[in-house]
Amino acid sequence: MRITLGITLAAFLGLASAAAAQTVSTLPALPPRSDVTWSFIGPFGLYDKAQLQRGFQVYKEVCSACHSLNRIAFHNLDEPGGPGFTEAQAKAIAAGYKIPDEPNSQNNGQLFDSSGNRMMRTGTIADHFPPPFPNEEAARAANNGALPPDLSVIVKARQGGPYYVFSILTGFKKTPPPNFKVLANKYYNPYFDGRNISMPPPLADGSVTFSDGSPNDIEHEAEDIVAFLTWASEPKMEQRKELGFGVIIFLLVLSGLLYLSYRRIWHDKH
Amino acid sequence: MSGPSTYDPKSAFTRWLDTRLPILRLANDTMTTFPTPRNLNFWYGFGAILTFMLGIQIVTGIVLAMHYVPNSTMAFDSVENIMRDVNYGWLLRYMHSNGASFFFLAVYIHIFRNLYYGSYKAPREVLWILGVLIYVLMIITAFMGYVLPWGQMSFWAATVITNLFSSFDQLSHFVNPHWNVGTNIAYWIWGDFGVSNATLNRFFSLHYLLPFVIAGVVGLHIWALHVPGNNNPLGIDVKGPQDTVPFHPYYTVKDAWILSMFVIVYALVVFYAPDALGNPDNYTPANPLVTPPDIVPDWYLLPFYAMLRSIPQKLIGVLVLFGALITLVFVPWLDTSPVRSARFRPLYKIFFWLFVVDALLLGYLGSQSVDATFPYIGLPDVWLARFATIYYYAFFWVLMPVLGLIETPKALPATIATAVLGNKATAE
Repeated sequence: MRITLGITLAAFLGLASAAAAQTVSTLPALPPRSDVTWSFIGPFGLYDKAQLQRGFQVYKEVCSACHSLNRIAFHNLDEPGGPGFTEAQAKAIAAGYKIPDEPNSQNNGQLFDSSGNRMMRTGTIADHFPPPFPNEEAARAANNGALPPDLSVIVKARQGGPYYVFSILTGFKKTPPPNFKVLANKYYNPYFDGRNISMPPPLADGSVTFSDGSPNDIEHEAEDIVAFLTWASEPKMEQRKELGFGVIIFLLVLSGLLYLSYRRIWHDKH
Repeated sequence: MSGPSTYDPKSAFTRWLDTRLPILRLANDTMTTFPTPRNLNFWYGFGAILTFMLGIQIVTGIVLAMHYVPNSTMAFDSVENIMRDVNYGWLLRYMHSNGASFFFLAVYIHIFRNLYYGSYKAPREVLWILGVLIYVLMIITAFMGYVLPWGQMSFWAATVITNLFSSFDQLSHFVNPHWNVGTNIAYWIWGDFGVSNATLNRFFSLHYLLPFVIAGVVGLHIWALHVPGNNNPLGIDVKGPQDTVPFHPYYTVKDAWILSMFVIVYALVVFYAPDALGNPDNYTPANPLVTPPDIVPDWYLLPFYAMLRSIPQKLIGVLVLFGALITLVFVPWLDTSPVRSARFRPLYKIFFWLFVVDALLLGYLGSQSVDATFPYIGLPDVWLARFATIYYYAFFWVLMPVLGLIETPKALPATIATAVLGNKATAE
């Protein structure tokens, strides 16, 4: 009897462990990596202009194939607190893009040419980055039904901010646990909620070649693009920290003076 | 105002004005000569801080409204436009969004200071009730403000909170099973069959209106304060001029000093951690088709959210939530102790601090996901929230009435002056 019980128990436990070893296709995300740092971290941290320029190159050559950056205009690229391109450079970058033309005197007020195609013009510094897809349906159709999000505020829109985005970009090289089933048209990424991500690994060692000769392994590329996207999410960060420094100093002096006034006025009332 | 007016117009013009519109007399009596207990401590500076924060919110809010677009297709973009392209728009918005947090931080300190020193007791019951009304108006205003950026958390918080009213269906079903009174209240609030553009537009309208209603009630609150005058940390009445100092310069300078220190902390958050108190999901535009995994309100409403979630029956949960606020109105009559200040109430003091811990615990529980377990003790959060909710109610409805009857208070000092100055009081 006891033996039978033991066998039953063992069989039950065996079943239970078999059940535990069954394949899963969703797991909680790992906390973002913290073994990376940027110049903009901390109360006095500012953007590294060269890094933002490299990050812009990564966006332009890699991310922009699928991700829009709708809220950024070309003139933002030469504004203070940003990547520090000159106005001429920003104009040249803008000129590399084609923008849907507005009705004007050169096209006789038309939007479409005689074959029915949307007429395009060269980008100017006042234009925003054009999106890679004309609409959401086109974006989904090109990406197995997934919608690549706009990257303008992506760093502020994710818990963990730059660390999260960096972890996602570098997380593809991890191998899934043996019982984890990667779904069709998905990729394993342990930092993504559920760990099945629709985005294919966007970066690899040497994906871009930086003109300043900076290292272009995947970790450095990811650091650079995350720095650029952090600036895109918070373009006024440098002005904010700079103004804040003055405001805090002013308030400390004011508080000190008010404390002395308080002591003087109250000296005979305690 | 407390006692006869001491205003003495000096010039011909001020004498002329005083017999026509005695506004300088009002200013003099309320802000200059107003006799104020000489022993008010740091915690009494938060009234001035709250007035300042209301001013900050109104001024930054009016400028933000010049750039904000209350339309569901443009609201998110207009906020990003403020952050990027409006001159100092980022500063205005961070001051306003964090201003709400610091407004609530100050109001919570103000309310707990009240509970500690028994300031709600006679003759200040109306003063207290006006304060509760301001707090409720602040909650409604802040909730509507949270909806305006039209991010994911805006939309889903609006959905969750407005749906609370649909639970009232269960009440009207007692009368007639076809009467969905709660659902119809929700439709009426939405102006649609769900949270929509109409909802956003009216929330903007009300978010602009309510701060001025708050300002009006603050006027009544200050008026009601100036009739009996301030309570004080000893909780004993002012017995004569030796117990008070004129409001100006004594409390103008003290309030200014406390305010400036508060503003340092506020500025540190605005300039160095402006998104720390917000939810990242609100930087994703509202999408009615995608529900975020965890819908949470801003930190200052988390204790009430924890109460709501801890109760499995929706209607009862909603009633417990509203009841927690309505309870505050009755506090002046629930507390049976003749002694105001907790300094002289050894038992009440213990349960007061437990109540502070309870409120903080509820806030923590509200921030966790529904199925979480409390660290170290292994109890499900939802059960802990139930116990904490029971303590919240028991503190007001059981402990306050009972403690006043069974507690032996410590001896009260004769006057404020003797307590503050000791032997010097007789010499003065």
